[in-house]
This record gives sequence, C-alpha cells and structure tokens, in this order.
Amino acid sequence: MTKEKRIEALFKRLKTEKKKALITFVTAGDPDLPTSKKIIQGLEKSGADLIELGIPFSDPMADGPTIQAASERALKKDVHLTDVLGLVKEIRKKSEVPIVLFGYYNPIFTYGLKKFAKDVRAAGADGVLVVDLPAEECDELKSELDRNAIDFIFLLTPTSDDSRIQLVASKASGFIYFVSVTGVTGARKSLSTDIPKLVKRVRRFTKLPIGVGFGISTPAQAKEVAKSADGAVVGSAIINIIAENKGTSGRLLARMGSFVAALKRGVEGA
Amino acid sequence: MKKTPDKLGHFGIYGGRYISETLMPAVMELEEAYNRWKKDPDFKKELAYYLSEYVGRPTPLYHAERLTKKAGGADIFLKREDLCHTGAHKINNTIGQILLAKRMGKKRVIAETGAGQHGVAAATVAAMFGLECEVYMGEDDIKRQLPNVFRMKLLGAKVTPVTSGSRTLKDAMNEALRDWVTNVYNTFYIIGTVAGPHPYPMLVRDFQSIIGVEARKQIKGLTGRLPDLLVACVGGGSNAMGLFHAFLDDKKVRMTGVEAGGDGIRTGRHAASINGGTVGVLHGNKTYLLHDKYGQIIDTHSISAGLDYPGVGPEHAYLHDTGRVEYTTITDKEALEGFQALTLSEGIIPALESSHAVAHALKAARDMKKGSSIIVCLSGRGDKDLNTVSKAFNFEI
Repeated sequence: MTKEKRIEALFKRLKTEKKKALITFVTAGDPDLPTSKKIIQGLEKSGADLIELGIPFSDPMADGPTIQAASERALKKDVHLTDVLGLVKEIRKKSEVPIVLFGYYNPIFTYGLKKFAKDVRAAGADGVLVVDLPAEECDELKSELDRNAIDFIFLLTPTSDDSRIQLVASKASGFIYFVSVTGVTGARKSLSTDIPKLVKRVRRFTKLPIGVGFGISTPAQAKEVAKSADGAVVGSAIINIIAENKGTSGRLLARMGSFVAALKRGVEGA
Repeated sequence: MKKTPDKLGHFGIYGGRYISETLMPAVMELEEAYNRWKKDPDFKKELAYYLSEYVGRPTPLYHAERLTKKAGGADIFLKREDLCHTGAHKINNTIGQILLAKRMGKKRVIAETGAGQHGVAAATVAAMFGLECEVYMGEDDIKRQLPNVFRMKLLGAKVTPVTSGSRTLKDAMNEALRDWVTNVYNTFYIIGTVAGPHPYPMLVRDFQSIIGVEARKQIKGLTGRLPDLLVACVGGGSNAMGLFHAFLDDKKVRMTGVEAGGDGIRTGRHAASINGGTVGVLHGNKTYLLHDKYGQIIDTHSISAGLDYPGVGPEHAYLHDTGRVEYTTITDKEALEGFQALTLSEGIIPALESSHAVAHALKAARDMKKGSSIIVCLSGRGDKDLNTVSKAFNFEI
C-alpha cells in the first residue's frame, strides 16, 4: 500500500482539528545553503505547516523586489535546482513537513522533466508549482509528476474565470494556491475585501484545499484570509526578516521564529 | 507551407504560452480581439490609412548601386524601413496594436524597449491616440540610447529605468510583465518583437508582414522577378519576420537572419540565441535561449542595444529547425564596417541593428552572380547610435 501523500494528510488532519494551515515561502539558498537549512527547520519549529521552497531563477518575472532580491542572493551563492534538491534531502532526514518546490519553468525544463520528477521524489519533496507553466502547457510535466506521485500545485487568480478554474482544477492536486491580488509577490498594507467571495467561487469547482497568498504580511491578515481559505501563504514578509538580518543567523532565526509563531496564532485564531 | 502557429500558438515545438495564470485571461482576451478585428473592414481601413498617411508607407525599395559595386556581385536592394515615421520599422506594429488597444477599451499602454526604437514607436502612437504610456528600459540601455529616451519623454511617456539583472532588454521585459500582471484590467502591453506568449509572435509578425508584401511587389517591378536572397538582422526578429513572411512559399528565395555575434561566438560574449544557444523557455515562449546548464539566463553582449537579448522569436526557431531560413552571425566589428560602408557609399546612416544585415549582405553579394539580387531590410536609421559609433571610431562629437 502506498503511503498517504503528505499534503493530503496535512489538510485532512487540519480539517478534523478544525484548523487552518500556515504555509510559508522562502527561497532556497537565501542567504546561503547552511543558513537556509536552519531557516526551514526554524519555520517548522515555529509552526509552519507546509514549506514552499523557491528555486532561484535569474528572471523571476512574477515576483516583486523582495523575492527577486532573495533569488539574486541565492544565485550569488551558486544555488541551483540540484542544490535545492540536496537541501530537501537534508531536511527530510529529520522532518516530515510537507515541502512544495516553487519555481519557474526554464531551470526545470533544462534539468530534464523526467529526471526532475524522479529526483524530486527521491529528495522527498511533495509538490511542485511552476509559476509560468499554465494548465495549457503542463501535460508533459504532469505525466512525469503523476508517475512519481508528486502533487502538481497550480495558481488561480482573481482574473481566472469559471472555465479556467475548471481547467486548472482538473490538472491540480494537493491544494490550490489562490493569488489574492492581480500583481507580483510582495508584502502589502491591505488585502482585497473580495477574497472570501473569490475563494467561494473556486470551491464551486474543486474539493481541493485552498491556500491564499500574495501580499499577506501580518498575523491579522493571515487570520483574515484563513477565515475563508484552508491556509494562508506568507513569503515576502518572512524574506524581509531574512534580508534585514542576513549577517547574524542567531538574530535572524530568533526574529523569524517569533514572527512565524505570531502568524501561526493568527491562522489558528481564524 | 503549413499554416503557423497552431491554435495554442505553437510553431512546431516552439512558442506557446508560458506565463502566470493572472495573465492567461489577458492574452486570451487579446487573441480573441485580434481574431475579430483583423477581419473587420473598418479596422483594416483604419490601419491602412495610418500606415500610408502617418507612417509614410509604402517605404521605397532602393537599389543601392554604389554598395552593389563595392560588393561586386549581386544587386543589393534596401527596404527603407528607416524612412518610416520615427525612424524604424517598429511603428508598423505599434500602430496595429494601439488600434486594438483602443477597440478593447484600454486606457493605458506599456512597452519594453532595448534600443528605444520600439519605446519611441509606442510613445508616438500613444501620444497620437491620447493614451497613457509607460516604457520600461534597462538602465544600461538608457545610457547608450539617450536620444531615444528624450524623444519618449517629449512624447509624454513615462520612461522607467530597470535596474535589475543585466539592466538591458530582457530585464525591461520582466518589468513590463510585472506591470501588466499588476494593472491587467486597464493596461494593454505593446510587445515590440515577434516573441512573448501567443498571440504576440503571430500578431507582431502579421503587422510587420507589410514589409515583405511591399518588397515582393517592388522587386518584381524593378527586376521583373523574385529576389535570390533576403537578409535581415535578428534580435527578437520582428523586422526579419516582417520581410520573410511574404516570401516563405517562394521556395527559390533564400533567406538569412543575422544574429548579433558580439565579440565572436567563441568568446561567449554575443547575443546569438540560435547560433549559440539551446532550447528553453523565457518571457512566455519556448525558443532558443542563451542560458547556462542550470537554466539561468546569461548576460548577452552586442554593440547594438536592439539585438542585445538572450532569446529569439519562436517562429525563427522553427524556421531554423525546418531549414527554411539560414541564421548566421556578424560581430560588433563587422557591423561597424557595414555601418561605415553604407554611410560612405550611399549617404544612408543605418541603425547598428540594421548594420548587421548590411555587413552580411556585403559578404553574401560577393559570392553571388551578377544579375542576382538581395533585399536587405534596413530596419532603422542610425541617429540614435551616434554616441556608440563615435566612441567605437574614437570620434569626438
């Protein structure tokens, strides 16, 4: 019998506990590989339920300045897809936290789709999200991921109409990542008031859990979002802490830890 | 020849739509609008009107006799896109796209630019139709193409310097895509070349194909037959697709796309995606790219800002694979020689982009029989490059 997939198991457990997921995003290798490992372990310890791990790319056109800079820092340390997979393998030795690799298509395409899917499984990652690979172009990668029981996570956005939600839902597994704004990644002062309505619309077409992200930067915002969604995704706000404290890993981990713990309390209070 | 692209924008294995979900509805909306309006008699009439009365079409096909003599072989004809309003072929496309933007009810247009020619062409049509315009331009390109930056500003456009990455055309395109994703409801993205997500490669090609349609008619009038060779420079490749497209079914007409060889392919300092790259995915399409073994896009180099781009339009990738078009390179040094040759022999100062095509045509003409003919797409004028050229020639201006 195959083991239950980690992402599915997570959302199932949270559902019975009537809880919501805190999903955190960091770029792998930012500010360097050893610190990155400690950061990921710290995220889990402070309450992150699922880790999204960014694959550094030279041209992150869907990202705002914060994640662009994170990607640049990782590339400066020569961190590429191979190293990201190595990092996942390291984390997996001591942790069962679900991990989703989050990246752009070119590094994956260049790596080779078949080898990528196989190595993702071998490393112990659970899902893959490719920002610039829409449902129309995804079949080649999907069949490789399916073969290796890796979840394929997709983005849906405020611009997606019913027919696109249906199409994307037909390809997706694990969970749906709903992008709360039309825009790039990055912390924002206020969130759209339409989120509950938009999430509800997506639910009409899928039973998959829905995580909402882009722009969520405070525990209060995370709480707000978690009221209607199954999880809140926070990325840039965590990366800002990494960027501000990248010289001193002790302080970095302490500050990040207390911030993530506060986010967790926010999500749980929803 | 098979009609390309297919419904999802594929030219063979190339092209397609590799963009974030937020933009998918926007490119589908554009595709729908384009398919509707391109058949509309009023749209066609309006486009034809502006191309003739505003852009100044048809542009001449000029027999460059002194250049021909200098090469000593085939007759060289110049398709004078440099005589278009704003000084380059780019406006053929921006006119078409702004007419679409207007019909789609968009109030704001954005564009990326390398040499500034497309930026100027976009700012120009935005001024004419009273739309807000923002142009993204790499900081390095702003430095080397200052005259065009002033022109855009005079035309009322906001020019936003891009400081990320290599600070050139690719980064300008990243930033334009970020803007589009943010302002997708009210903004029309005017892409300047035959690249990007479907329908852009097809749409830009169609708007530029007037170059070849005219040239085909003109050369028959002048020589009584089709040309033996077409030559055009290729960065993204819009002027080349524009010239080539009408001739694709003329099996006897050879075509050569000239990529930027920079310091030479072997030095690694170039911008020749087909000659020096491998297949990858960037900016919405699958095509030949200059990237490393990890799939990271690498910095390109060309003396010409308009060719300084790590990718190429997907239809060119396809035409390369099928063998219909040959792709070669010209180095910075050779391009400068081409620039000088045309300036001194014909009194025409070409853009550095177009100088690549001129340089190759000179080489090719030498090996061709007298009485055979070459059409070179002179895609733009060289005024914007005087700074770069004077530096290269150690000339005080």
